[in-house]
Amino acid sequence: MDAEVFKIIMPGVTIVLGSIFPAFAIGWMGSRAMEAIGRNPEAAGKLQTILILVVAFAEAIAIYSLVVALILKFV
Amino acid sequence: MSDIHISLAAENIFHLGPFPINNSLIVGVIGSILTFFLFYITARMVKLHPANRFSQAIEAISEAILDLIEQVTQNREKAIRFFPFIMTLFVFILLNNWLGLLPGFGSITINTAEGTVPLFRGANADLNTTLALAIISVVMTHVYAVQQLGLFQHLSKYFSLNPIMLFVGLLEIVSEFSKMISFSFRLFGNIFAGEVLLVVISYLMPLAAPLPFFGLELFVGLVQALVFAMLTLVFLQIATSEHGEHDPKKKEQPSKPDHLVKKTDIDIDKTVEVV
Repeated sequence: MDAEVFKIIMPGVTIVLGSIFPAFAIGWMGSRAMEAIGRNPEAAGKLQTILILVVAFAEAIAIYSLVVALILKFV
Repeated sequence: MSDIHISLAAENIFHLGPFPINNSLIVGVIGSILTFFLFYITARMVKLHPANRFSQAIEAISEAILDLIEQVTQNREKAIRFFPFIMTLFVFILLNNWLGLLPGFGSITINTAEGTVPLFRGANADLNTTLALAIISVVMTHVYAVQQLGLFQHLSKYFSLNPIMLFVGLLEIVSEFSKMISFSFRLFGNIFAGEVLLVVISYLMPLAAPLPFFGLELFVGLVQALVFAMLTLVFLQIATSEHGEHDPKKKEQPSKPDHLVKKTDIDIDKTVEVV
């Protein structure tokens, strides 16, 4: 394989590898939050803010790989 | 796909002396002027019984954000002191995120010396803007911490004669820089990826397909503004709390009654005024 092929493949590989783990993380957080709300429905308001914040943390990791992929693609 | 023109960096429009003026800077200036006048006008319209829907809406949003800040700080006075900074960050980022979705962004082009470039580009779709916001956020955290704790006690979080604490302080210093990087790349990545998404979808199917994605981008813009403001607030809260004050029991004991007293005070004042 020559460099051109790599240049086409790598952005895809980057975003695939970079989004697997954040996806697991967000799914896991969501499921645990559902459990917590099911056990204690009054805490839903407090949980929601924290959940959005923590999901944004996990999502940021996917966004980093997206930025790297975009740099590979367009620069 | 060769028709799609996407540039990672903002394009220069013209030069003002030695400084290049790029398309994101133009929108950023518009955004900050809008932020300023939004609150300037609202502040002049504040009354006990506001007849104006607009000022009522802004007041309601401000109240909601203040309550959110109070939830984090557990202290009304501290919340009121943090409020101007957090609210300004939130509104500036929100307005700039949503400005970038207006029609004309990316589609109106102008001919410059470097070729045909878009005249407008969302301010947060340029890494310089988000990096500036991140630096402001981190530096202001330290300014508030020095105000609250004093210079010496604040510095003692980072420098110490105890070797273990010295190493922890070193990690803290590194984490300040990683904070800046994660703040700036999170916002830039979200907004720039949103723009690329909209461009690609518009290219594939221009008629109705981009509409749900515009809705998504509105939501992402709101969430990212909220996340930026909330994270700044959490870091502020951590930086302005005392050194060993990490167990919640110790913190809640003094602040709870104080905050309750403050609330009743305000309520009494209000009822007196209304009567």
